Parts: sequence; structure tokens; C-alpha cells
Amino acid sequence: MTTSLTPPRRERSLQDQRARAAFWFLAPMLVMLFCVAAWPLFRSIYFSFTDTTLSNLYGGKWIGFDNYLSRRELSSGRVLWRGTLVDPAWWNAFWNTVRFSVVSVTIETILGMLVALVLNAEFKGRGFVRAAILVPWAIPTIVSAKMWGWMLNDQFGIINDILLNLHIIDQKVAWAANINTAMFAVLIVDVWKTTPFMALLCLAGLQMIPRDIYEAAKIDGVHPVRVFFKITLPLVRPALMVAVIFRILDALRIFDLIYVLTPNSDATKTMSIIARQNLIEFDKFAYGSAQSTLLFLIIAIFVMLYIWIGRVDLSGESGK
Amino acid sequence: MTKFMKSAAWRATAMAAAISAFGATSVLAEDITYVSGAVGNAIDNFKALVKPWEDATGNTVTIVPMPASTSDQFGQYRLWLAAGNSDIDLYQTDVIWAPQLAEHFVDLTEVAGELAKTHFPSIIESQTVDGKLVALPIFTDAPALYYRKDLLEKYNLPVPKTWEEMTATAKTIQDGERAAGNADMWGFVWQGNAYEGLTCDALEWLKSSGGGQIVEPDGTISVNNPNAIAALELAKTWVGNISPEGVLAYQEEEARGLWQTGNAVFMRNWPYAYGLGNGDDSAVKGLFDVTTLPTGLDSTTSAATLGGWNVAVSKYSKHQEAAISLAMYLAGPEAQKQRAINESNLPTIISLYDDADIAAAQPIIPRWKDVFLQAVPRPSAPTRGKYNEVSSLFWNAVHNTLAGDGTAADNLEELEVLLTDLKGGESW
Repeated sequence: MTTSLTPPRRERSLQDQRARAAFWFLAPMLVMLFCVAAWPLFRSIYFSFTDTTLSNLYGGKWIGFDNYLSRRELSSGRVLWRGTLVDPAWWNAFWNTVRFSVVSVTIETILGMLVALVLNAEFKGRGFVRAAILVPWAIPTIVSAKMWGWMLNDQFGIINDILLNLHIIDQKVAWAANINTAMFAVLIVDVWKTTPFMALLCLAGLQMIPRDIYEAAKIDGVHPVRVFFKITLPLVRPALMVAVIFRILDALRIFDLIYVLTPNSDATKTMSIIARQNLIEFDKFAYGSAQSTLLFLIIAIFVMLYIWIGRVDLSGESGK
Repeated sequence: MTKFMKSAAWRATAMAAAISAFGATSVLAEDITYVSGAVGNAIDNFKALVKPWEDATGNTVTIVPMPASTSDQFGQYRLWLAAGNSDIDLYQTDVIWAPQLAEHFVDLTEVAGELAKTHFPSIIESQTVDGKLVALPIFTDAPALYYRKDLLEKYNLPVPKTWEEMTATAKTIQDGERAAGNADMWGFVWQGNAYEGLTCDALEWLKSSGGGQIVEPDGTISVNNPNAIAALELAKTWVGNISPEGVLAYQEEEARGLWQTGNAVFMRNWPYAYGLGNGDDSAVKGLFDVTTLPTGLDSTTSAATLGGWNVAVSKYSKHQEAAISLAMYLAGPEAQKQRAINESNLPTIISLYDDADIAAAQPIIPRWKDVFLQAVPRPSAPTRGKYNEVSSLFWNAVHNTLAGDGTAADNLEELEVLLTDLKGGESW
């Protein structure tokens, strides 16, 4: 059978075969992704257009956009706007999330870059330091949030003790409870936890830069700061941009850390927190679904804007 | 079994009825899963508490500990129940949950008919939804004012009767003790975190100052009134003054932590802290006593938020008979007595308040009968399925006020608007 085939045909069939093989290798993953990602996402979006409650998951009626925005004219002539889009609690959570994401990702990127630059240098025990710096990232968020919760505790916390002894503060500060410091406390813990991740991704980018460029710059006597901004930063930029995308995606949906550290504080409530509260605690399943859907859209918009403005190349093709 | 029955004759009543009706004759030993929040040493005690039942029926009980915050527990339970989870057989439920979770629980009216009659009728009523008894009470809760009698004596001050008096006394002693070298001394600790517990605390301030109970039993929203505003303004002065600023993140256990290390003059807490405070590892062992919570303004009646825990049998349980038997045991006189003696939990069976053993082990419990009779329920009955949201709006308004984000008057006015919107018409 095979002997009768002409060479070009054979080539095509090999191509076909490879494509078919690839499909069968990918199929289980695609099915899996559909089940755990696409289907739940679709269901959430569907629920957001119904009046479903958690106690009656399959009996919801279609109510269109009412969970997002609805207009009702009262008999007195007063117009009543309802829905997530006019819910001050939602907008508070939105701004909290944006503030948290911008500040935490900025700090983490800068710190991560600094750490990566240090780790990129040759020094004794570098392997050990590289491993050690990953420890915060390896600790589960719930554990680190609880741990920091105790460290930031107003009466028994070690942070207050240290700061008091150094005379930086003159009385114990209730970091997580005070509405002025709650966001700050959350940011400290998040930066502590995620800087290693950024450092690792930056380090991977740094190691891609050919050494001879630096040698050439050294021979030409270029100032190290200039070397960083003119050589290192442009060359590490593609890797850095991808790292920042990962972090933005993560930061915009922050839930676990805040849920453990400052669960109900209006100063730190994020979109995920408020969506969960509506979904589960308030039995407003559809309303919470609408908020989850909005969160999904907002994250999508953020990332698209970022890719467009930053001209990030996610396909990795232009580098070749 | 016979030896066990002989040891205490009165056990026979509920126990024997429950056991002979269900578990005792079953050949297969079953493993019952019980889920409960972990406060104090409740989890350790639970194992000893169910031992007699395990011995009698041959079944075993696995306890699944949950976070101490009732709001967190509720979220998880609702999720499990909505999914028809059959892994959990019994839920320990808060007194306010019955209307919201009723449909997921087994009706215990018939099984518990006789036993239910021995309990406080008001508690049984709170667990009855549309004629269906959804949970059996295992203990009730009503908070009190804990005070350090040694410090009051030292400064020659009386036990305060009003919130204003309490504020002044706390300030005097706190300042005196700090001057004497205890820099960590605070006047008053309570539960100020933004969660269900703050609703309880603040409801007491309002009610005991003649400021209503947020939503009245007939469904009217009463929260925006001058007395309520005054009560909140007074509470606001405590933060950073006689209470640490961190009190705004405290739940029961954090308050007890500060109290039990001897760093507070007054504490508002539930009865469980009494037994623990007199434990051997406590710095305040024998140095404190309890009284009813103070009153405010010109009001003369104290108010204590009605708490309490119940046990409900999941409709989705695969071991319903054994689970009902355990529920009956936990709500019965033997278990309640043991709980009262070991954990200073208040019984819900009226006759136990006259029990000599309990009176000897926990002298406060017989006195608590009066506190309990003054208890004020949270508005979970009139607001039905919307209670959680009502409570959340209320505790946020209170938390914002205490944290200095807006005045009490502004926040309560806003709360009234939000509650009216939530009510959305004539009835909840």
C-alpha cells in the first residue's frame, strides 16, 4: 500500500498525520478546559441575566440586563435606577481593586527588577540566595495572610513592637483595622509575597541578554546607569511586559489575601470579594454573577489596553 | 450499656428514647460528620461530649472544624447545602440562620416533640420555620459585661450600671494602671470587626439606650433615631480611648485574648469566656465577675443579643437516622449539662437552671436565666432571607462610624435609605 504513494502525496499525509496526532494529544486538554473554564464562565454569564438564587439554582427566570442596570419609574414620577452599575458598593470595590493593582504591580515590578539585577550578578552562594528568595512565593497565600495578620496585630504583633522600639511610631497601630492603614497592610503582604515571582521572571529575561553587549559597553566606557536604561531595559522589556501582564491579571482578581486579612473592611473590599459576598452570603446569586461577569470584562479590557498600548508581543514571533 | 444507664438515672429519658428508636439496634456502625465553628476549646470538648453517644450506639462522630466567624461558616454551609453535599450529616447552626437554610434540613417536629417541650419555648420558636422544626437548640448565648473585681475594689469604684459610668470607670482604672506601670492596660474590649458580631454588639448599645432594634418585629425600619445616634457616638469615643484602636478588627477570641492576659478592665463577651477565664492558664482566674450589660441614656433595661447554637440534620445526609439520634442526644439534658459544666454554655432546657451540679461548677449559669430573659433577638425573623444583607449594611454603617468615616447621624440616615431600598416595598 505505501509503495504506491507518490512522494508529494506522502508529504501531505505526513502533515495530516501530525495534525491529527496533535489534535488527539490536545483533545483531553481541550475537553478539560471546556469543562473547568468555558462552561462555568458561560454559566456565570447566563446566570447574570436571570433572577437565580443559590437555593433555587435551576429555576431562575430571564430578566435581561436588570442585574446590571434597570430603570423604574415610581408612581410619584421619581425615576429609580437599580443594578450593579449604579451600586456605590460596587464602584467602591472597583476603585479599591484598581488602586490595589496599580500600586502593587508597580512596586513589585520595580523591586522585582532590583532583586533580579542583584541575582544576575556573579557572587558566592548565588544558587542558595536564588532559592531562598522564592520562599515567600512558595508559601500558600492563606498561610502568609494569617502569618502577617498576627505580625500586624495591634497588641501582640511584632511589627508594632519593632517600630515602637525604634521610636518610629509612638503608639501601637492597628494596621488591619484602621481604615487608613488597611490597604497599606494588604499591599505590604502582597508585595512581600509576589516580588519573588517578578524577580524570577525578570531574571529569566536578564539571562537572555548576550554578555558581549555589556562588554562592548564597558570598553566604550558607558556609565552603568546609562547601560541599564539603554541596554538592559530595552532588551528585558518583552519578558518584563509579560511578567506585568501576569501580575495585573492576578492583582485584579485578588481575593484570598484580603479575605483573610481584612475581610469586610470597605477600605479593602475588592470586586472578587463583593461578588462572592453577593453570590453566597446575600443569596443574590444572579447579582453576584453579574458582578463576576463585569469583573471578567474589566480584566479583559485592562489586558487588551495594556497589550495595545505596550505593543506587547505575546505570540513570540517577532523575536525570531 | 447497662452500666452506663445505671450511672445516671435521668439520662434515660431522652437518651433511651432516642437510642431505642434509632441507633442502638443497628448492626452497622456509621460514621457521622458534624461541622461546627471552632471557638475556645469547643472542638476538644466535643469529643468528650459525644463519647457516651458513640459508646451507646457504636457509631463514631467526626468533627469538621470551621473558622470562628459565623459569617464565614454561613457562606460555606450555604454553598455545601446548595450543592446537596452528602458528606456532612449535621450542621451546628446559629440562631439566626433557620429561615435562610430551612429547606435544606430535616423536619424534627415529630421526633423531638417531647424533648422540645422541655426547652425555652422562644428558642424552639426561633428554630421553627413555617411549622417545621429545622434545628434543635444545644445551647443558648447571651453576652454579659465581664469586669475585674480586683481592680474595681482597688480603685473603690462600683460595678457600672450605665454605659456612661462604664466609660468613666474604665478610663480611671486604665489611666491609673498605666501610671502604675502596666502600659498595655485597656479599659474595655469588645467585638468591633466588621462582621456579624458587631451587629450583636451594636444592637445592644442601641436597644439598651432606647434606640430600637434596627428593624422592629413588625418590619418597620427604626434604626435612624436620636437615641441610636447618641449610643453610636458614645461607642465611637471608646475607640483609641478606653479600647485599643485595633478593637475594630477584634472578634470574640481577640477580645478574650486581651482580657485573659489581664490587660482589660471590662469585656463584653459570651458566656464561654467565663469558664476559660477561670482556667488554670488564665491570668485573671478568680479575679473577675460578670453582670448584665449597662444601659444608656434614660433607658433602664439592659439588652443582651440573643445568640445560641443549634444542631440541624442535613436533608442530603446518607445516615439520617443516626444523625437524628445524635442531634437528639446533643439537644438532650445529658449533653447540655455536660456542656454547661465544661464550657459554661447556657442550657436551653429550663430545668437545668435549677441543677445543683451546674450551679456548683458554673455559679453564673443560674444567674444567667435573668440575663437571658432580657435577651433581644436580631431582626432575622422580620427580614427573612434578607437578614444577612441587613446585618451587613448595619455593621458597615457602625464600623464606618467607629472608624471615623462619617458621623453616626449621617451613617444611620444613609443606612435607613439603604434598608428602605432593600426592603423594596411594604413587606420584606
